[in-house]
Amino acid sequence: MSDPASELSELTSVEASIALRIATASEPDELSALANEVNGRGSVFVAARRQIGSLPPDERRQVGRAVHDAMKRLESLLIQRREELEASGEELRRRVERLDLTEVVPVRRRGHLHLVSQAQMELEDVFLGMGFVVAEGPEIETDWYNFEALNMPRDHPARGMFDTFYLRAGEPGSLMLRTHTSPVQVRLMESESPPISAVMPGVVHRRDTADARHTPTFHQIEGLVVDQGVTFADLAGTIEAFTGAYFGPSSRSRLRPSYFPFTEPSAEFEITCTICGGSGCRTCSGTGWIELGGCGLVDPAVFEAVGIDPEVWTGFAFGFGIDRCVQMRHGIADIRVLMENDLRFLEQF
Amino acid sequence: MGTMRVTKSWLAEFAPFDLDASEIAATLDDLGMVVEGVDEVGAGLGDDVIVARVLEIASVPNADRVRKVTVDIGGDVVDVVCGAWNFAAGDLVAMAKVGAELPGDVKIGRRKIKGVASEGMLCSGVELGLSADASGILVLGSGAGGTEVAPGTAVLDALGIRADVVFDLAIEANRPDAMCVAGVARDLAARLKLPFFLPDHKLDDHQVVTRASTNDAGPVSVTDDALVSLVLEDTLNCPRFSATCITGVKVGQSPAWVASRLVLAGMRPINSIVDASNYVMLELGQPTHPYDLDSLAGGIVVRSSRDGDTLETLDGVERNLSSKEPAAVEGAGQSPVGGGDCLICDAEGKPVAIGGIMGGTSTQITPATTRLLLEAAYFLPLAIARTSKRLGLRTEASMRFERGCDPEGIDRAVARLCSLILETSEAGKPSIVSSLDARGKAPSTHRARLRLGRINAILGTRLAPGDVETHLGPMGFVLRADAGVGVGETQRVWDVDVPTWRPDVEREIDLVEEVARQHGYSRIPRTRRLGTRIGVLSPHQRTRRLVREVMVGLASCEAWTPTMVSARDHAVIGLPGGVELANPLNREELVLRRSLLPGLLRSCYLNHSRRRDEVLLFEIGRIFDGPADSSGTDDLSAAPYLPVVASGWSQEVPREREVLGALFAAGSDGILEAVQAWHVLAGALGLARFEDGLDPCVEIIAGSPPGLHPGRSAWIVAGQLRPGAASGASSVETGPEARLGCVGEVSRSAREAFGLGAHKGTIGWLEVDLARLCDAPKRSRIARAASKFPSNDVDLAFAVEDTVPASVVEAVLSRAGGELLESVQLFDVFRGGSLGDGQRSLAYRLRFCALERTMSDAEVGELRAACISAVQRALPAKLRGN
Repeated sequence: MSDPASELSELTSVEASIALRIATASEPDELSALANEVNGRGSVFVAARRQIGSLPPDERRQVGRAVHDAMKRLESLLIQRREELEASGEELRRRVERLDLTEVVPVRRRGHLHLVSQAQMELEDVFLGMGFVVAEGPEIETDWYNFEALNMPRDHPARGMFDTFYLRAGEPGSLMLRTHTSPVQVRLMESESPPISAVMPGVVHRRDTADARHTPTFHQIEGLVVDQGVTFADLAGTIEAFTGAYFGPSSRSRLRPSYFPFTEPSAEFEITCTICGGSGCRTCSGTGWIELGGCGLVDPAVFEAVGIDPEVWTGFAFGFGIDRCVQMRHGIADIRVLMENDLRFLEQF
Repeated sequence: MGTMRVTKSWLAEFAPFDLDASEIAATLDDLGMVVEGVDEVGAGLGDDVIVARVLEIASVPNADRVRKVTVDIGGDVVDVVCGAWNFAAGDLVAMAKVGAELPGDVKIGRRKIKGVASEGMLCSGVELGLSADASGILVLGSGAGGTEVAPGTAVLDALGIRADVVFDLAIEANRPDAMCVAGVARDLAARLKLPFFLPDHKLDDHQVVTRASTNDAGPVSVTDDALVSLVLEDTLNCPRFSATCITGVKVGQSPAWVASRLVLAGMRPINSIVDASNYVMLELGQPTHPYDLDSLAGGIVVRSSRDGDTLETLDGVERNLSSKEPAAVEGAGQSPVGGGDCLICDAEGKPVAIGGIMGGTSTQITPATTRLLLEAAYFLPLAIARTSKRLGLRTEASMRFERGCDPEGIDRAVARLCSLILETSEAGKPSIVSSLDARGKAPSTHRARLRLGRINAILGTRLAPGDVETHLGPMGFVLRADAGVGVGETQRVWDVDVPTWRPDVEREIDLVEEVARQHGYSRIPRTRRLGTRIGVLSPHQRTRRLVREVMVGLASCEAWTPTMVSARDHAVIGLPGGVELANPLNREELVLRRSLLPGLLRSCYLNHSRRRDEVLLFEIGRIFDGPADSSGTDDLSAAPYLPVVASGWSQEVPREREVLGALFAAGSDGILEAVQAWHVLAGALGLARFEDGLDPCVEIIAGSPPGLHPGRSAWIVAGQLRPGAASGASSVETGPEARLGCVGEVSRSAREAFGLGAHKGTIGWLEVDLARLCDAPKRSRIARAASKFPSNDVDLAFAVEDTVPASVVEAVLSRAGGELLESVQLFDVFRGGSLGDGQRSLAYRLRFCALERTMSDAEVGELRAACISAVQRALPAKLRGN
């Protein structure tokens, strides 16, 4: 039996040798073998621990601690090295599997709704929320629906407000492309009894040469409310409500007197300019206001034409151009691009 | 809508408007006389803008649009180059000298134009900011007699324009009273609570004898026995005609104050007589017309037009006035107003003017005119509107007459005109010698009842009786409270006399509007009614939105193409005919589209030409069936379609249908994309599909829809469709079928016609009728549990005749497999090999599964056998591999 001092120094050199091998191990298997040398069957440390009992009592403590500490140090080195090896393996895999996500080319395209559709649906939704239904009617109209029932008998000067496309069908002048969505009001009042609250979006046609602000075919949306006790104040309040909902809560609206054969009193309604917010710019000619559409209380003559008693029922109507809204909202210089269908335009929205 | 340019100084002659221009503009706006522009005039133009006399006009070599004009600018003679032609040597014109500054920061410099040095610029009214007239140079005088402005005088001095403000007003069609300065002033004064003063001109002041005659029923004649006679035949269209004669007139230039007001109002001074007539029209709203009395053969006849009537009007156009002349605008329609055009004729019946619209050249005022006949009349608004529209001729006079002039304003206007002519004629000794007045049935004055309760119920206001009276009174309405009705204040009822200058006000509601206008729309409260109804979309509208979403999900972009197409567009897709416009803008937009295909092909071409080769576009829009005689053609209209909106539909109206059209021109096989799109759409809409063995159902059946490749396209049909046993080649029994639309490949000829011949793949097309789609048979929406037990796959390959659609085989398998068949999938199609001509192999994978148990091999075997025998029994098909 060697003396404790030499035994301790031997253990120290063994520890140093194993520590070196742990540090240089490159495979998990090597570490397993080394772990065996630290605390397995053939471990010198285990053997040394076993012999502690044979040492003199005053040395037991010293040797026991030395053996225990050496084993702990090596075990800790093993764990550390194992982690290092695992990390580098992960790293390697990561390197191999690395993918630059910005190299992914977007091949799967999405389609795009037309700006006018988007605006129309958005407006419809605002009105649905206010309890309106959406009503629609034909684009080919008769003189009765487009003009006569709307208080515009033949030769009425107000017909001049509408440049009309007539059809070469039926009696000359009897069939036309509707010049506004108002005929749907008449159809609605003929087919349903009040109370009515509906919006009527749709395509209309006017015999205007196309320019930056006009196309012969365009979209309108029109509203109609008929009930007992409907007032001009209700009209003003409704316009304020929907312009606020569609153009944003900061937008304001105002009415000023105007003339339409099918409403009385009649008004134009204006909103604060969507470009400058009311401070005045080129779009609004410095006024801060943009004319949006026409409105008014349903003229008693219209009620009489559809068989509704104007002494019992009152109502209001309003209408405006969807395309013009779109043009203002998106700063479109020439409205004809809406019908051009250039994908580079359509895909922006 | 009419436009009126009124100056602040002219308005101020009728009421003390001591306000800023911006306040006046805001008030006019709020009254419904929309201010489209406010021009400050007279302040900016300096002494460099002068009157010049044209000495000589010479052509410029190699230039046919401009001429060299030599002018006297007051002590100096210079050349300017000018592109306008509305003046002659001797005329006095407006000119900006070198160094002058014009409105809009335009600086006039010395320039060389076409090799000629130009020492300044001749100017139009627009360039000087004085009028809206851009049609020619501002001519200040013809130099033919009268007082003359010396060349070199500043234009503003010559016109007597002081600093003033011009309001450019848009006047609504129902406000004839506001088509004059006095009318605008009346409305404005009423709102501002200012006293309104209308000078009371009377012809009597001139000691003129007026001879009048009235006849409610027939022609009216009146004569002064010496000078002139007047016969009013057409009392229907012209209920009143007055003729006033002045002799000893010397025609000259108008004084500056008259000319300047005309210029600022946008009219061109012509001579002292015509200018006076225009001045009165602008001031009082009553158009008048001066004739050279000596060219009238001693009198006037007012009659309806007859065949053969012609007249050269003052604009130099020879006009055919035959009553049978077709309308200038087709479709303008017939009029309930009797007779033809109302013509003013001389004593011999030769037309000399189109009543209320324009005079003729033969009787116009010339420098030699010494005797005048002044016309002031009332014409029926509808008659003027009809004639003006038929002739396509709108004038300042017709615009006023068709809106309705004040029938009682004639006397005031005549007196004002006479005094103006006397006042502005500096030479000669004119005197009014005669005034004839013929009257038929005068338009009745209106009286309406007005209930305070109704006003407040309509407007949502709480106005008191006094409010109503202060709003209406100053505008000329006379209110008399009806003592018999409504003792309480809130129940006040009035009888209202409507002034004759407000023909638009007939009913109570018209008065309510006037109250609202004067009260101010902005002072009416804003309230919101809570709807009693629920806002929901209809099934059709929900379907439309779903279809849009599906198409966008399929990477297609929504397009919007024209409703009007050319006849050729239809011809190239094999859809002749269609509803034509009576008055198209051009030949390219003549016919209402019968299909969305041409429009989308054109859009596709546009994108190709801009280097976007991959095009997926769709549109949801109306198409219009051809006239009834097209029923033989193989198009969608052959099926009995319901109109989009059923109510009020009349048989004579051409049918219109809302359809989805989708074009697939991306990738190599657009046709496959189109068919896939149909399946996705059918799935999204929950349609009952034929191949699932459902009945009724939808199915695609080979056919040749217009514009598509005949062998590579199909109709989409809905109805009672069963795979039939003995139904021959197609193996599909179609019950009362209806076509939903079509799908397939765009034909080569259609592609080529739209410049898409070189597109590298096939172009697919899908068209579906939305109303039909909405009504198409749907599969059950009851949930079906998914089994937790193992499923069993059975693969079956059949040799099937080419004439039998694969979907028929699938439908037979689906029916035979019954409840336990979870899915059928066609996984292989193979031609050639050992198969005979006209045959192909169709391999299906059938997956069986029971909900509550694992199926036994025997059970699966039985189903397999049942499926095989069903196919072999029903169809010309044979199981392969046995």
